Amino acid sequence: MSANIKDVQPRFDRRQFIVAGTTVAGAWVLGLPGRTSIASEDGADRQLGFFIEIRPNGHIVIGSNQPDIGQGVRTALPMLVAEELDVNWENVSVTPMPLGLVKTSDGYTWKYGSQGVGGSTGLTGNWQYMREVGAAARLQLIQAAAARWGVSADNCTTEPGYVVCPTLGERLSYAELVGEAAALGMPEESPPLKDISAYRIVGKQQSTIDARDIVTGRTKYGIDTQQPDMRYAVIARSPFLNGKPRTFDDAAARKIDGVLDVFEIQGPAPGEPYQILASGVAVVAESTWAAIQGRKALKVDWDKGPNANDSSKNFWADNTRLLEGRGQIVVDDGNFEAAMAGADKTVTRRYEVPFVNHAPLEPQNCYAFVEKDRCHIIAPTQTPSGASRSAAWATGLERDRIRVDFTRVGGGFGRRLTNDYVAEAALISKKTGWPIKLQWTREDDVKNDFYRPAGTHELRAGLDADGRIIAWTQRLASASKYFRRPNMPAENLWQAELYADDFPRRIVENLRLEYFHNAIGIPRGSWRAPAHTVNAFVIQSFIDEIAYESGQDPVQLRIDLFGEERQLEYSNHGGPTFNPGRLTRLTKFVAERIDYPRKRPQGSGVGIAAHFTFGGYAAHAIEVTVNNKGNLSIDRIVAAIDCGYAVHPNAVEAQLQGGTIDGISTALGLEITVKNGQIQQGNFDDYPLARIATYPSRFEAHILPYDENPTGVGEMGIPSAAPALTNAIFAATGKRIRRLPIKDQLET
Amino acid sequence: MVSFRVNSEAVSFDGDDSTPLLWVLRDHFKLTGTKFGCGIGECGACTIHIDGRARRSCITPVAAARNSSITTIEGLAASDNDLHPVQKAWLEFDVPQCGYCQAGQIMSTVDLLQRIPTPSDADIDANMTNVCRCGTYVRIRKAIHRAAELSKSPAEKGDVNVG
Repeated sequence: MSANIKDVQPRFDRRQFIVAGTTVAGAWVLGLPGRTSIASEDGADRQLGFFIEIRPNGHIVIGSNQPDIGQGVRTALPMLVAEELDVNWENVSVTPMPLGLVKTSDGYTWKYGSQGVGGSTGLTGNWQYMREVGAAARLQLIQAAAARWGVSADNCTTEPGYVVCPTLGERLSYAELVGEAAALGMPEESPPLKDISAYRIVGKQQSTIDARDIVTGRTKYGIDTQQPDMRYAVIARSPFLNGKPRTFDDAAARKIDGVLDVFEIQGPAPGEPYQILASGVAVVAESTWAAIQGRKALKVDWDKGPNANDSSKNFWADNTRLLEGRGQIVVDDGNFEAAMAGADKTVTRRYEVPFVNHAPLEPQNCYAFVEKDRCHIIAPTQTPSGASRSAAWATGLERDRIRVDFTRVGGGFGRRLTNDYVAEAALISKKTGWPIKLQWTREDDVKNDFYRPAGTHELRAGLDADGRIIAWTQRLASASKYFRRPNMPAENLWQAELYADDFPRRIVENLRLEYFHNAIGIPRGSWRAPAHTVNAFVIQSFIDEIAYESGQDPVQLRIDLFGEERQLEYSNHGGPTFNPGRLTRLTKFVAERIDYPRKRPQGSGVGIAAHFTFGGYAAHAIEVTVNNKGNLSIDRIVAAIDCGYAVHPNAVEAQLQGGTIDGISTALGLEITVKNGQIQQGNFDDYPLARIATYPSRFEAHILPYDENPTGVGEMGIPSAAPALTNAIFAATGKRIRRLPIKDQLET
Repeated sequence: MVSFRVNSEAVSFDGDDSTPLLWVLRDHFKLTGTKFGCGIGECGACTIHIDGRARRSCITPVAAARNSSITTIEGLAASDNDLHPVQKAWLEFDVPQCGYCQAGQIMSTVDLLQRIPTPSDADIDANMTNVCRCGTYVRIRKAIHRAAELSKSPAEKGDVNVG
């Protein structure tokens, strides 16, 4: 069979794929048949499609087409392939695949299926596809064996690694059959898939495929890239939001041993969409340290630009002023005004949630080698296709002239959805003609980010005489994530900040959401479970406040509101439906596990919160003690997730643990502030990620299975952690945290 | 010229001797298992051993390594088939998520167990200051306790599933 993509049969496609920001009509998945780029020339006849190679000794190599940012997708997706192919997991190894794009008459489309991880879709987006990859290859092997035996394929089946024919009493190994199977081409029909109850690999406890390489230091991240003749680059970026170099003196920098070149890098004009974040001066050298020393020796006279007076102080004051007016009403259900006016009691509270930095532990970096008619990129990225676009922008090359390899990623959290560092690296390589590795320092990363948006939330609830919530409003003044997005109308800025169908919509009948945009110059972007981390804190805190104000139990109030299982319409990401009964189940579960009804001693308390995030459900119960000096100790954490069917339970548990820890760390101490147009934090000394001592050994992470549809898991564990913590602090002390981070607010 | 040993091999570096060991190991000796995280000794991703004690290589000039013996994550195991007990415990609990900090976590744990062979939770809290951005702390804690067991009773080592 040839590698011609015309051989591809499009029936496996069930979706439209987005390429280059637009939906390409007729953009079929091209992933299944053909020869793979992971094949060595002499191994081509051992390939079944792009993803599977069967070695003569029976070893199976499965291609991984998605970036692993720690969420385990490099293990989980090959598990799906191996399950349907019917091989033993012990015989499988996984190899990375590059970005696969194919140029068509109407744009670029995917060669290996959609590649990119964000929004907790890495697994769900490939759940059907990867199982079909394995099942189709298994069918080819069966047909090859049947042909050899001269029997009908219906008389054959498989045992791990073998095709067997019970009536003949014959068996042939996959390795013996792979050449004939590959020559057969793809099956005509979508291959039948196994029943979930028959799974031997999927749904079982499996180790991270790369764990051994990680603990022995062998795994290569982007930062570990070494290429022939490679030089090293850093950039002195403007410390002022939207600033730029007026002049610079590089005499001292060029005297540093190993410094090779120094030149200016132009950033976007203020207000324009970002390709790179900031203007600056690049230093290229023979080693990372020489480049860093060269940068230190630069004297740059900065034009402070239009945002030199931006400050956090002004930002919060502006939000308060904005909330005094009338904003954009974006949801107006029922008869809100009348219901609120007729309420027996109203509760109004304001909450403030700060800007935060993604802070992946591997600082941004990218290898780029731009030549006249081609470009090679090696990057740690969540969106290799975006990396390709960034490199195309920087080089002017067609995207089919750009090769993108992506490495294991030292943390994503949404930061590496944006490929500004790829564009920077490509600009530097293009200018110098050298293969270069761009390295960001920690300070570069803290001071140059697409930060999680900050905002001031005013919530008001109207209650009837029985304490039932009959009217609800959330009024939000924030710095929208959609700021400076290309082709983004101002009236849509709210959509990144308020997910219209989130709880308690369709539960509280009379509901109004109102938005005010604060156009501070700080860049913002997607931070793990974007608006959910913010709104879960606000809404789950407010539910607690309503309960205390109206003499209700906060857990019972949640259970009453979430109610029985039912499907509510949910048009935001993670829909099309939201079943609040699944939150009831989780809430009851964590409350029971932590023995919620038990009276705690003075200074101790339990807080509970639950949230629906991008299709998945989670709840937290946290027990804390606060001593008379205000020192907080987290005594116990119970977290639970309902992700439907847990494909890779080990990773589900890990993501729930990690998400919980992320939520707590961020709530405790993390905040980015601005003064005189400059980010004030610079490293982990003033942006203090929590250490192990913060977290108790009494830490439970439970998976509550639901049905046979897996949801994502990367973001579900974070949103309810912070409000469970602050609700616990209130239960322990009577002190309500309405502003994050908690920092020293408990000190007495 | 600064001479020292890295993972039992005699080496020398003749560049600027104020260069942090981290960059000498990574850029010069291509030992990339030791990671750059912060450059100020806060996060511990760059933790190595100098003469058997954990050090943050991002703030340790190469001059300070003169005539010393350095161990990096690449040199921790006796061999591919005989991982260090801390590495074994890490595999047993499948600790890594993104994995970027784990070399530093492991090197810090080895040092901790040398000083306190059976650490309590409080000992772990007081001594383990490495940052894990993914939040693998729950499993790190379990793996440290397990590594303490493995280090003491060689008989148990054979039972460990090292993946």
